[in-house]
Amino acid sequence: MDLRKLKKLIDLVEESSISELEITEGEERVRISKSGTGIPTQLAVPAVAAPAVISVPETNILDKVKEALPAGHMVNSPMVGTFYRTSSPGSDPFVKVGQTVKAGETLCIIEAMKLLNEIEADKDGIIKAILIENGQPVEYGEALFIIE
Amino acid sequence: MFEKILIANRGEIALRIQRACREMGIKTVAVHSEADAEAKYVKLADESVCIGPAPSNLSYLNIPAIISAAEVTDSAAIHPGYGFLAENADFAERVEKSGFVFIGPRPETIRLMGDKVNAKNAMREAKVPCVPGSDGALPESPEEIKEIVRAIGYPVIIKASGGGGGRGMRVVHTEAALSNAVIVTRNEAQAAFGNPMLYAEKFMENPRHIEFQVLVDEHKNAIYLGERDCSVQRRNQKIIEEAPALDLNSRMRDKIGSRCVDACRRIGYRGVGTFEFLYENQEYYFIEMNTRLQVEHTITEAVTGIDLVQQQIRVAAGEKLNIRQKDIEPKGHAIECRINAEDPYKLTPSAGQITRYHAPGGPGIRVDSHVYHNYTVPPYYDSLIGKVIAYGENRDQAIARMRIALSEMVVEGIKTNIPLHLDLLHDAGFLHGGITIHYLEQLLAQHNKQG
Repeated sequence: MDLRKLKKLIDLVEESSISELEITEGEERVRISKSGTGIPTQLAVPAVAAPAVISVPETNILDKVKEALPAGHMVNSPMVGTFYRTSSPGSDPFVKVGQTVKAGETLCIIEAMKLLNEIEADKDGIIKAILIENGQPVEYGEALFIIE
Repeated sequence: MFEKILIANRGEIALRIQRACREMGIKTVAVHSEADAEAKYVKLADESVCIGPAPSNLSYLNIPAIISAAEVTDSAAIHPGYGFLAENADFAERVEKSGFVFIGPRPETIRLMGDKVNAKNAMREAKVPCVPGSDGALPESPEEIKEIVRAIGYPVIIKASGGGGGRGMRVVHTEAALSNAVIVTRNEAQAAFGNPMLYAEKFMENPRHIEFQVLVDEHKNAIYLGERDCSVQRRNQKIIEEAPALDLNSRMRDKIGSRCVDACRRIGYRGVGTFEFLYENQEYYFIEMNTRLQVEHTITEAVTGIDLVQQQIRVAAGEKLNIRQKDIEPKGHAIECRINAEDPYKLTPSAGQITRYHAPGGPGIRVDSHVYHNYTVPPYYDSLIGKVIAYGENRDQAIARMRIALSEMVVEGIKTNIPLHLDLLHDAGFLHGGITIHYLEQLLAQHNKQG
């Protein structure tokens, strides 16, 4: 489950009167619960995959999400379009988490109006996080990668 | 009917379009620059897409970004609002080529009416009376230009064919000033519109600005919805508009309205549009046509009871007009005051946070505004923060209601032109009615001299 979706779910829980929300998607499961004291709730452990449980006090859930992101320089989208990790379906992704990149290296493609635009790293470093899923739409200024 | 419409605009008109869509059960996509991320209609939209940083050329004028946003949100149609790309034929063309419906006329029509020389030619063929002038583009030769202008008679106004809306024009009172005026205007035109073509018109000293609203579908149905008087202007910008216009001979008015409708049929028009005229000595003179929704569409809505934005959307979706010409019977009187974030007399813009906001209300009062308490007016765009529309059974009641509404309205933290509106609503000339397009500027000049 990607961080953007997770962030939206956290926002939903925060804004509503729901105290606990559990979502299963394929083999991933997430439980988000609001607690007044910040004490983590019980983990439910399925046979196959361990769910990620985020238990947060009612204030500032977004800070918790930001804490969950590794430190580093954000590479933001310079345009509106669809994000692709590979140059064509079936090929290898341009970059993986942990990979070292140089400024100017292609990180991904953003497709806009039938044109494929290569997005380049604007600094040297290591890819710490990839924030968008393959095929997802992105808006101007949206965070794509974290490089450190 | 469309499932989803992308609103390619901002401010009060984005909210207006959104309201029409919501009423029709159509989902809305709000595109916005980074400066407008907190806009009311962005929060209310079904989806929103940030298309660029604050500057307009990188956001609201950014054609690829807007079309891309339509792609990723799977929108069916794009509504361009007014200003920005609303009369950009290239944009309309690219929208259509990308598989979306452009809510407006065909690209060819926008192109035709956007070239003011061609527009006048088309109107002359349709027997719509035009301002006498060069009847075509001015030639290169200064001698020939001199001859042409002599035949028109001074004073004249030199206008850029690619201009319009008050831009790219210069008044010339004497032959001595002519050649210089032509050179400067040509250079301006090339720089601003990429088109150096000029034409000349007789400069009318004291006309009123009367415009006609039309609505045309794709099934050859075309109607006009009365007229508006937009003579209260400064620097070619309207600030108060009224419908209907006072003291017009109704037979003449209907004749002009019919000619406009005929012209629409001839040029294959589609959607809403406005024919602008200068009116002097009971004669109408066509100056230009606006191939889009206008700011002041609201007063026509008030006196006819017709929702023009919804009609636009229906026409774009291929529906037949559900109104006939004989159904249009304007009733009552409506006045619109444009509320700008500016010094009321110096006219300097005033961006910043609105620290206290209270909108007026009551019978016959409509407020079209995207601002709210603690909203920050960004400095990157025009100064229009809202419109107050007062409707009454007659002009006196509309004026009375507007005075009350503006006295109730609170906008603190920024300057607005509400004080100017209140002064005008008590001004003898305005109250008498029928003032001409130079009236307000003369008033402002007088005020600033005394100041």
